[in-house]
Parts: sequence; C-alpha cells; structure tokens
Amino acid sequence: MTLIDLANPTRFLALVARLLPWLAVVTAVLLAAGLYLSALAPDDYQQGATVKIMFIHVPNAWLSMFVWGIMSVASLGTLVWRHPLADVAAKAAAPIGASFTFLALLTGSLWGRPMWGTYWEWDARLTSVLILFLMYLGLIALWRAVEDPTRAARAAAVLTLVGAINLPIIKFSVDWWNTLHQPASVMRMGGPTLDKAFLIPLLVMAIAFTFLFLTLHVAAMRNEILRRRVRSLQMMQARSVSSDVSPGGASGQIAGAV
Amino acid sequence: MDLGPYTSFIASSYLAVALVVLLLILWIGIDYRTQKARLRTLEQSGVSRRSGRAATEVR
Repeated sequence: MTLIDLANPTRFLALVARLLPWLAVVTAVLLAAGLYLSALAPDDYQQGATVKIMFIHVPNAWLSMFVWGIMSVASLGTLVWRHPLADVAAKAAAPIGASFTFLALLTGSLWGRPMWGTYWEWDARLTSVLILFLMYLGLIALWRAVEDPTRAARAAAVLTLVGAINLPIIKFSVDWWNTLHQPASVMRMGGPTLDKAFLIPLLVMAIAFTFLFLTLHVAAMRNEILRRRVRSLQMMQARSVSSDVSPGGASGQIAGAV
Repeated sequence: MDLGPYTSFIASSYLAVALVVLLLILWIGIDYRTQKARLRTLEQSGVSRRSGRAATEVR
C-alpha cells in the first residue's frame, strides 16, 4: 500500500482497524518494559533517585518537538501536495503534542525543584518549550475557530510551518545561551554521555512513548475522518431539506441550523 | 525501592503522566463513540453516503 492509496479515507480507516490493536499491544509491552527498567535503574551520584523523573521527562520533551515536526511535514502535505489526509493528520496530532509538551514542562518542573531549588526559571530552554506549548494551544484554538476544515487547514498549515522555526531554537538553546538547563547528553556529536544503566531505560521509554503517540495519533485521525463524514452527511441532509422546501425564507433557516 | 527524600516529586511526576495519558485515551475513545453514534443517527434519518456504503463503516 502506497501513500497515494492512503489518500482514500475509507482505505485508511480499514488500515487503522487492522493496525490499531497491534500498535496498542506493542505500546503496552514497551511501556511495561520501560517502567520495569526505570524502576531497576540505580540512583545517580548527583541527582539521587530523581533521575527516575528523567525517564518520563526526556521522552515527553522529545515528543513535544517530534509531534510538531510531524505536523510540519503534514502541513507541507496540505499546502504543496494537497494530500486529503495531511490536514487530518496535523489536526489530530495537535492535542496529543500539546499534552506531551505540558508533561515535559510539568515533570521538568518537578525535577527542577529538588535539583535546582526552583520550579521555574526563565532560561532559554524552558521559555522556548513554553512558547511551543502556547503555539500548540493557539493552533488548537484556530482549528476550533474556523468552521470550514479546508480553510482552517490552510491557515493552520502556515502557522505550523512558521512555528517550526522554534524547533532548532529549542534544540540548540542550551548551546547558544548560558542556561540553567543541562546540555544534550544523548543526541549529541560524539555519542551519548549517559551510562548504560540510565541510557537503556531512557531509550526504551522513548520508543514506548513514540509508539504511544503513533497509537493515539492514528486513533485520533480515525475520529477526525468520522467527524468530517458527519459534517458532509449533515450538509447533504441540509441540502435535501432546503430543496424540499419551497423557495423563500424557510429553506435558508433550515440549512443554516444544521 | 527506596526513593529517599524526593519520593513526592518522583511519584507526582509519574502520576501526572499516567493521568494525562489516561485522559487522552479516554477522550479519544469517547470521541470515537460519539462520532459513530452521530453517524448512526444520520443514517437512521435516511441520509446515505454517495458511495452507498454504510456511514458507520470503518473497515
């Protein structure tokens, strides 16, 4: 099955019906393994047991950027290739990405209080992630404010691509500015600086959360396709009612009410 | 497993993640049921898709 085949929403729904149970099982197994490895991980010599917060903070932080990246690719799909499922994918991903970003901020804050002595600091990394969270909320608000999905999709796609400028700022903020947030310790030139005792649970949790995102995303895309099917059927119903009613004031009122 | 003096911070972090993920799963599940119910209602009112297929068909 190619990407073009998936342009047919009905075919996509059939694929989701087959794929979703498997994705859910893989996610559950990976999460269980990740949590088990996290529980077994030793205390860090500096952070103590709070290193366990990193096993959920880092995957959420990665996904906060990954999801925006996916939405950016989907936005290109909307604006350039006009793929029918591109804006469905972008719209469905936004609330999930916002949730991961919120969790990254919250768990980072809960780690920061015992380690830095503060829940929040206006440093470049924290502030740029907060901006990402606000952009997610803005995008969700935009989708909800514009009734026509096609018009909303174009505006949201432009906003998403403009917002993608924030991704390298988040990634390199710890290198470009003097921040309280520590520099990259996994995705860096020269390889990870983490000991295997921490790196393995972290990577398993990161893969588990990525599968969690994929599972939730395809399920949310299915809902969005069904929502659009409801909308088009309601419009067909409104049209058939208005054509049954004789020309005059009544037909307009019925069509507008649906 | 002894988490030492930071138990409340670690437990709060894991509970928050579990809660938000659970809410996401519930929201998506409820939304799916809502859309299917709306499609069923529309179908029962006599509206059908141009393809002639059932509106609630997802396979």
